[in-house]
Amino acid sequence: MRLALDIAFGHLTTRKRQTLVSLTGVVLGVAFFLAVSSLMRGSEKDFLKRLVDNSPHITVSDEYRRPREQPAALRWSDGAIAISNVKPQTETRGIRGYRQKLEFVEALPGLRVAPVLYGSAVLTFAGRQEGVALSGVIPETLKGVSTIDEKIIEGSIGALSANPNGIVIGKGLAGKFNLSLGSTLAVSAPGTPSRSMKVVGIFRTGQASYDDTQTYVLLKRAQVLLDRPNRVNRFIIQLDDPYAARDTASRIEAAIGYKALSWAEASEDIVSLLLVRNIIMYSVVSAILIVASFGIYNTLSTIVMEKTRDIAIMKSMGFHARDVRRIFVLEGLIVGTVGSLFGLALGLVFMKALSEVSLRPPGVTEAVNLPIWWGPEQYALAAAFALGSCLVAAYLPARRAGAVHPVDILRGST
Amino acid sequence: MSAVLRAESLVRRLEGEVPVTLVDGVSLEIERGQFIAIMGPSGSGKSSLLYLLGLLDVPTQGRVWLDGQDTSTYREDELADRRLRKLGFVFQFHFLLAEFTVLDNVTLPMRRLGELDAEAASARGMKLLGDLGVADQAAKRPHQLSGGQRQRVAIARALANDPLVILADEPTGNLDSASSANVQQILRDLAHVSGKTVVAVTHDGTFASAADQRIGLVDGKINNEWPTRMPA
Repeated sequence: MRLALDIAFGHLTTRKRQTLVSLTGVVLGVAFFLAVSSLMRGSEKDFLKRLVDNSPHITVSDEYRRPREQPAALRWSDGAIAISNVKPQTETRGIRGYRQKLEFVEALPGLRVAPVLYGSAVLTFAGRQEGVALSGVIPETLKGVSTIDEKIIEGSIGALSANPNGIVIGKGLAGKFNLSLGSTLAVSAPGTPSRSMKVVGIFRTGQASYDDTQTYVLLKRAQVLLDRPNRVNRFIIQLDDPYAARDTASRIEAAIGYKALSWAEASEDIVSLLLVRNIIMYSVVSAILIVASFGIYNTLSTIVMEKTRDIAIMKSMGFHARDVRRIFVLEGLIVGTVGSLFGLALGLVFMKALSEVSLRPPGVTEAVNLPIWWGPEQYALAAAFALGSCLVAAYLPARRAGAVHPVDILRGST
Repeated sequence: MSAVLRAESLVRRLEGEVPVTLVDGVSLEIERGQFIAIMGPSGSGKSSLLYLLGLLDVPTQGRVWLDGQDTSTYREDELADRRLRKLGFVFQFHFLLAEFTVLDNVTLPMRRLGELDAEAASARGMKLLGDLGVADQAAKRPHQLSGGQRQRVAIARALANDPLVILADEPTGNLDSASSANVQQILRDLAHVSGKTVVAVTHDGTFASAADQRIGLVDGKINNEWPTRMPA
């Protein structure tokens, strides 16, 4: 191996300019690979973080993915029973026995859960009416699973505990009705009498549809307002590891029977979009390295052509075809390794420079920096791809070199 | 004495639209320590015969025995191993590797064989260069040497693994008369003093006159009248 390395180095160092051109191709390929990959993965992670932070990791609702098995079918599972036209019994909607189910979920490690009764209500103020989404919550548990507390601009979510007739509304709704902290308004749900409630908090998320229509009241008050005593219809769950949401949701759904929707499942279209985007990105940056590998192919092909007589004489000395192939594959590996090392260093410089670029998108008050991902996998991926390309590029000339028949060359030289 | 190199009915034919027979039914036996000159007109198949005897080429028909072993069943790698251990080649052009020093060129076959460590290989390389009178050129690159010096380095490289047989293809073809005489003397000494078998293809009658035996080749066939017609 040492001998092959010496010969490989000898070939590369005697063709300095061509070697340098090949090397530069690999260096730039790896550097651009890293810069683009870190930027794209950074923006992906930033996007997912926002997605994950601003929505529950798992939402358990009072729905089933499949209709429940009928008792008759369970009793005579082997029987020739066909049940059709089943009408649901009239009942109060919600998660049945939610306290036991909540206890089960609370006992799972690495998560926080809040029960919510979610419904629709009509808000009346000064003769104007507006349909709103009403969430009945327990303020203490909500804080652990939602960032709404951080979005409060006046009052607090906690004020609901002190004032059972309190309501927290969004800034959009407050603006529409000209409401402020302490204003009183009437809230009613279909089939229930109207109740007078006092604004104890105003939030602003920046998401207009949410700020215009979402309201929070105390869970017990929501149960009265929506006429669903002792019921909740949602568990909102937040995990320590958001990426475990899919598995945890399956586990919860299997245990309690109700539909548990993870953020990943709910955002499947977005995650698919990001995957497609990554495939496009890696295809483009890989193309740079593939182009660079043509430089190596060109260099090594030229060396093989120029060194045909040397190859012939080495084979006449007793070198095997595989010895000769090894020399040229090593040349590709040397260019790949050195190119990757310098490329990684240059890529880090590019990444640092990109991370300091500050942009102010239209309509945004604060400048944002380009999101750069510094994860180690991309360095390994860039280097591995560069080495792989170099190996493939080197193998073709190496195979040709190994196939040189010394007599054909010697006969032409003498 | 036993035959170190034996050929039996060697035929080498190049297939194609017009098949060409390079070597046509050559049989010969070469003893250990002999200096053999193969002579003949251009295109008579001298080099082709040398390549067959040197296991660089495979005969279309016939067999070659090297050191008593039939090589006709050997695979390519086995032939390469025999060349590495038992044969040394000297060509008309020196074919030294330009990237390496003279000493590195000489130690190349030893490093490939891998039986000597780097220090021992260098010491042997220096001794061979010393024996051939070019030890002082050891650190130079081939392009810094004269033609005669390069050919002596090529001979040193051929001797690197202490081969049984040296095969030389027009070794003096590119040299002036003084260098040519020097190389001729070296090859004769290798046979007569060191006991190597030397088989050399040559056009040079003076060179051939130093050989123990001259084999004439005409149209790929042995024709022993040919050497006698050559000027001495």
